[in-house]
Amino acid sequence: MTINHHLDTATIMAHAAGSLDEALSVVTASHIALCASCREASRQASLLGGEILGELEGTAVSSNCRSQTLCMLDTATLHHYPKKLKLKNALPGPLNLLLEGKSLDEVSWTSKAPGLAFCGLPVSAAARGKLFLMRIAAGKAMPEHGHGGEEITLILKGAYNDSLGRFAAGDVADLGEDFEHKPVVEEGAPCICLVATEAPTRFKSWSARLLQPFIGI
Amino acid sequence: MRAAAWNMLKKDTLTDRFNEDQVMKGLIQGIADNRDRTCFAKLFDTFAPRLKSFMIRKGASPELAEDLVQETMISVWRKAGLYDPAKGSALTWIFTIARNLRIDRIRKESSMPLSELGDYDAPSDDLGSDDRLAQRQEQQQVAMALADIPVEQKQVIMLAFVEDISQSEIAERLKLPLGTVKSRMRLAYARLRKSLETYN
Repeated sequence: MTINHHLDTATIMAHAAGSLDEALSVVTASHIALCASCREASRQASLLGGEILGELEGTAVSSNCRSQTLCMLDTATLHHYPKKLKLKNALPGPLNLLLEGKSLDEVSWTSKAPGLAFCGLPVSAAARGKLFLMRIAAGKAMPEHGHGGEEITLILKGAYNDSLGRFAAGDVADLGEDFEHKPVVEEGAPCICLVATEAPTRFKSWSARLLQPFIGI
Repeated sequence: MRAAAWNMLKKDTLTDRFNEDQVMKGLIQGIADNRDRTCFAKLFDTFAPRLKSFMIRKGASPELAEDLVQETMISVWRKAGLYDPAKGSALTWIFTIARNLRIDRIRKESSMPLSELGDYDAPSDDLGSDDRLAQRQEQQQVAMALADIPVEQKQVIMLAFVEDISQSEIAERLKLPLGTVKSRMRLAYARLRKSLETYN
C-alpha cells in the first residue's frame, strides 16, 4: 500500500496528547495502523508526553493507595493483548475492533441517496463527533462541500479524485474546517471511506443543502 | 538567554533524565524477569506522585486520580514484559498507559478500549537494531526540543497534553483562530522532529 496523503501533524500531536475527540481518534488510529511514517510521527509526539509527565511536580499519594496497590500485585495476572482478529480484508486494527471482525460487505448499509450509503459506527456518549462508514458508487461525484468543523476521512477501498489529487486505500484526507472540495469517485469500483466529523458537513449548493437532512452528515 | 538555559538543562536535567530513565528501565526489567516487588515499589514511589498530578490536571478528583494511578501502576506490573525500550523511554511508556486508561475510563461504554490496542499506536517492527541503539538517548533530545520551543507553542502543547482540552477549546481559551492553534502544534512537532533527526 503506497500512501500519498497523510495526517496533519497537528492531529497527530492532539492524538498523542489524548485530547483528540473519540470519533476523530478512531480514524486517526486507523490511518496510523496502516502508515509507517505517521506511526513514527505519533511515537515521536508521545515522547513529548513522557517528557511533560517527567516535568510535572508530584502530588503526594496516600499511604492507603500505595499499600492497596502493593496488595493487588498478589492477584494481578500477566497482561495479554487479545488475539488479533482474523482479517477478512485489510482493514486497520482499530476499525476491525469496532466492526468486531466483520467485513465491509457484512456491515448494515443504509442507502441515503442514489449511489450513496452510510453505516453509523458506535462511539461513547463522551464523543462530540460522529463516526461512520460511507460508500459512494463508482463514477459518482459528491456535492461540493466545506466542512464547518473538523473532518477526517480514511479511504478503505476504491479511490476518488479532487482538487488535492487522488485519494486511494490508506490515504487520509485531514483537511480542517475551511477546505471546500468536490470528490469524484473513480470508475470501476465504489469508494468506501471511514469518516469522522465533529460538526455537520455543509454542502454548498442549495439543492445539496436540501438533501443534507436525508444524508445525515 | 536561550543558550544559557540550554546549557543549564544540558548539564543537569538532561543527565538526570537520562540516569533516571536507565534506572527506571532496570526496574521494569526486574519486574518483567523476576516479578520483583522491591523494583515495583521503587517505580511506584517515583511515578505515582507525578501520575497523580497528571490525572488531577486532566480534571480528575483526588480520589479518582489515585484510582487511576493504582490502575496505571498495576498495568505496569502486568505489562512489564511487553515494554520495548526501542519505542521510547520508560516515562513515555508509562505516559501512554496512563493516557489510555484515563480515556477508557471516560469512554466507559466505548467498544474500542485503547488499553487493549497496545501501549503504543501499533505494535510494529519498524525499527532495526541500529535504530534501537540510536534511540537510547532520544528522550534527551525531546527534553531539549521542549526547552527550546517558543513559549506560545509550548503553551498550546501543555494545554493539549496536560489539560484535557481539544484544539478548538484551546483556540477558544486563548482567543486565537483554530488555524493558529494548529499551526503552533505543527511548528512544535517540526521542532521536535528536527531535534530527533539531528541526533540520529
